[in-house]
Amino acid sequence: MPPEISVRIDGEDVRVRGDCSVAAALRQAGYAATRLAHDGSRRAACCGMGICFECRVQIDGRERLACLTPVAAGMEIWRDA
Amino acid sequence: MSTVASVDVLIVGGGIVGCAIAERLARAGLSVCLVERDVLGGAATAASMGHLVVLDDDAAELALSAYSCARWQALAPSLPATAEYRRNGTLWIARNVEEMAEAQRKQWRLAQAGIDSELLTAAALAEQEPALAAGLAGGLRVASDGMLYPPVAAAWLARQAAAQGAQIRCGVGVRNLVEGAVLLDDGSELRAPHIIVANGCAAPELLYGAPIRKRKGHLLITTRSAPRVRHQLVELGYMQSAHGGDGESVAFNVQPRPSGQLLLGSTRQFDDVSSTVTPRLIQRLILRAQEFLPGLATATALRAWTGFRPTTPDHRPLIGPWPARAGVWLACGHEGLGVTTALGTADLLAAQLLGLELPFDARPFAPARFAAQVSHAA
Repeated sequence: MPPEISVRIDGEDVRVRGDCSVAAALRQAGYAATRLAHDGSRRAACCGMGICFECRVQIDGRERLACLTPVAAGMEIWRDA
Repeated sequence: MSTVASVDVLIVGGGIVGCAIAERLARAGLSVCLVERDVLGGAATAASMGHLVVLDDDAAELALSAYSCARWQALAPSLPATAEYRRNGTLWIARNVEEMAEAQRKQWRLAQAGIDSELLTAAALAEQEPALAAGLAGGLRVASDGMLYPPVAAAWLARQAAAQGAQIRCGVGVRNLVEGAVLLDDGSELRAPHIIVANGCAAPELLYGAPIRKRKGHLLITTRSAPRVRHQLVELGYMQSAHGGDGESVAFNVQPRPSGQLLLGSTRQFDDVSSTVTPRLIQRLILRAQEFLPGLATATALRAWTGFRPTTPDHRPLIGPWPARAGVWLACGHEGLGVTTALGTADLLAAQLLGLELPFDARPFAPARFAAQVSHAA
């Protein structure tokens, strides 16, 4: 089992297994949606390979694709969902 | 299948220009059929920014674009919300004193067409658009310019035409023009005393020698994390890029979408006829935009795409009878201004076809100005 790491999601400290993308870490922590579309509907990681852009979240202050960003200890992740 | 049908007017091409003409002529009581080989507003119309802008570098273009922008303003209350029409103005940006002098000349020229504008000092520019870089000289604000989402506007115009009896036929192309008729890809023939070629870059496929070249452009749209912008922002050097020589050019032109996304333009190339996005040009586009909007450095690009502007040798559209073929009219070659000028084009062509008073001088747009080079054309 890979070691657990601590990250902060929407201001809440959570522990996740650290061998995955931010998108997978969000799912581990029980978060389905990543963002809100302009009409307010909830969106979630769909393609998992950087094409659909549905998984974008703020990671350490920058908008990034959760599916293409490896999760790391101490990351601060904000969804707008 | 070889059925023969007959209408007063046949329009080839369902871009925003063809749709506007269908609406105008159906409203005049003519029987109209519009034939679009793909989908309505699917080519240059869909690729474009939808900036409704009065351009003044040429008196004819000024007359056409000022008239057309006024027509869009009058039509705005009827447009569906999804057409996203907004009148948020253009801000022409000057980087130095020479460009400020150009802004003053531009103000004078626009005033000749009754268009009000406001010169902005560097401080006033920063107040209007705080996201702009420091050190710019000022600008010219044209509050009456607007924007819309072109494919929705085109489809709406086509629906208005259909509601007044026009036939709109999508998914079938025109194979050939013959005397008083067109032959369609499905083998049928459509007869019409007036045939209007409004298919933009595809016009030379039907009319050999039609003086239209494809001028490729790249556009990019950001996510909503982009800097906040209110006006369409265009550098005053834009017209040099638009009307300059045959070389590749990039000019700063940014539009805030109602969603909060930014649409970034614009590039121009003649030599590339593939629709592929060229990373080098996207990079130039972004670097140019960052000079004016430094906050773009941390924005996320969502999509990039290309389109082709139908360009004539003198950068003016072809609106009027085609001298080489009786009964054939042109409404094409609008380069990057087809969305802005669709309604003015429709009114000018309709006035000529119906023998009405012209809304403005038709001669600068007459296809006959290229008669010498098409005299041997079919």
